[in-house]
Amino acid sequence: MFRTTLVSVVALLGAAAGCGKGTAPPAGGPGSGSAAPVGTPASGGGGTVTLNGSGASFQKAAQEVAIEAFHKANPSITVNYGAGGSGKGRQEFADQVVDFACTDAPFKDADAAKAKGGEFYYIPDVLGAITVAYHLDGVTTLQLSAPTIAGIFGRKITTWNDAAIAADNPGVTLPATAIVVARRSDGSGTTENFTKYLTLAGGAGWTLGSGATVEWSADTQAGNGNGGVAQLVKTTAGSIGYIDLSDAKASSLTYAKIKNAAGTYVEPTAASVTAAGEGIKLDAKLLFTALDSKAPAAYPITAQSWCLIYAKQTDRAKGAALKAYLKFLVTDAQALLPEVDYAPIPQPMRDAALAKLDSIQGL
Amino acid sequence: MAATPPDLRGHPHRADTAFGWIVRGAATIVLVILATIAIVMTRRAVPVLSHMGIEFFTSKRWSAPQAIYGALPFLFGTLYTAVIALVIAVPVSLGVALFVTQVAPPWLRRPMIYVIDLLAVVPSVVFGLWGVLVLSQHFGLGRSFLTAGIILAIMVTPIITSLAREVIETTPPTDKEGALALGATRWEMIMATVLPHSKGGLVGAVMLGLGRALGETIAAALVIGSAIGQITANPFAAGNSMPAVIANEWGEADSMHKSALIALAVTLFIITIIVNLVATAIVQRSMRRSRGL
Repeated sequence: MFRTTLVSVVALLGAAAGCGKGTAPPAGGPGSGSAAPVGTPASGGGGTVTLNGSGASFQKAAQEVAIEAFHKANPSITVNYGAGGSGKGRQEFADQVVDFACTDAPFKDADAAKAKGGEFYYIPDVLGAITVAYHLDGVTTLQLSAPTIAGIFGRKITTWNDAAIAADNPGVTLPATAIVVARRSDGSGTTENFTKYLTLAGGAGWTLGSGATVEWSADTQAGNGNGGVAQLVKTTAGSIGYIDLSDAKASSLTYAKIKNAAGTYVEPTAASVTAAGEGIKLDAKLLFTALDSKAPAAYPITAQSWCLIYAKQTDRAKGAALKAYLKFLVTDAQALLPEVDYAPIPQPMRDAALAKLDSIQGL
Repeated sequence: MAATPPDLRGHPHRADTAFGWIVRGAATIVLVILATIAIVMTRRAVPVLSHMGIEFFTSKRWSAPQAIYGALPFLFGTLYTAVIALVIAVPVSLGVALFVTQVAPPWLRRPMIYVIDLLAVVPSVVFGLWGVLVLSQHFGLGRSFLTAGIILAIMVTPIITSLAREVIETTPPTDKEGALALGATRWEMIMATVLPHSKGGLVGAVMLGLGRALGETIAAALVIGSAIGQITANPFAAGNSMPAVIANEWGEADSMHKSALIALAVTLFIITIIVNLVATAIVQRSMRRSRGL
């Protein structure tokens, strides 16, 4: 009975994802990859397992839906996720305070060496758009190129009818309103990815570099968290800010189409975000950046996020449950992402992630 | 002559020894914690101090991507908001303290003191959120040095008031009665006896309030505006303070950035310790003097 429900849930999710139809590789396919091993340790062991994760607030909503669906399918495994930020997640993972962590940015090499559990894997599990949201009365569609965004956020472009903005928006009447830049007050993976994008694509006009906090001009407005920036944009006429897609939608903000590397202005949608991950070469650690993707249909400010898991697990039951959960994240949970305004990772990335998870030792 | 002492010093003696060691232990724990904080923090601040040198205290730039850490704007912001807070809080606190001790009818004193002390127990995050919603948005002050200063003023008022009240109450009634008997009005009596008598203690009370204002974190972080590198006398500009930067940037900081934030914490620790030591010394000296010791 349990198994029937599980299989039907998996089948349903698989169908919704529209994946694993024709491919079905021997071990890595979504169905076989998650359903069988998930059920066995959970129901066989009889005990309950609790997995604690910490990290990127960017992944919060994605983790929440995945955790709920996973718990429904595996009632004996409880997963908790504390969205305290990527840096906190990396620290707690390195100190083995949590079982897994999720992060928008990889470890610095020096910090990775300090991880107490030894070697670990990066498992890519979600792509998401960072929107450039704006509040400009009378303007309902806006197109921006990376150098223009760099000029705006670097405070070199300070009014909405600036020639650079006008050049991106032929035929649109722009008011002479002053631009108010809204940015994060707290250190953030979102800031890191946004500034990395401007470093990659913004040209010589971007001089602030990239990082979780950068040297913003003193006349910018700071808000705490994506929600804080969204609130600033919502309440300040003439403002513009970078906010992840789910928060921008939650505050019903309007956001710009961004010119990608192929020269097309693209709106952030699940399809255009997944497209940003296509054709990207992963390195041996599965590290990559989806920012400024060369794919023609890609939304260019697409951020990637990983979950971290130790290559060698010491607790058999916990390790098996952890592997099952991470497998679930890169297979069945992918179909749940669009409803919370994230996008699935492309199939080759999922296969690479599953291969890594299958090489985990100590189970 | 030799017989009595052993009877009195049986078990009570052992309990006395145990008690002695327990309280010694408790006292030691506090010192050990303080020493550990000082040592660990200072050690972790060393990397940025050797990286930046004296520039850490003199540079205006704070750019994590370029590994430039200059704390001057945050030092400035901390002191500036504290000064704004004191400019507002000192007259109010002294006024309230004088009202409660000299002017208010006796039935009003207790409730007044109670209400003021109540201000001191409101969690600072509540003040911070109130600042965001009411001062920044409703009154349009934005997030600025001034907004932070006002919030800090509200938070230090109960501290200064209650200390000032205690100091003022030590004025000998004979002095006050003497002044009144000579025909002084209430105002003249206060100027001639109460204030001169409590001057030292009042300065100490203000400095303890200053110590509180310097270290306030979350309320400041919410309303100060988190501007980077802002040094300006314009109170309506967005700024930043040392504790606010630490709270905002700690989560995503890499190792050198963390070291820089810890160095800020050490600096703050030293400043607040000095302010508090000086304040306590002033208060105690004036209390002693006023009791005629």
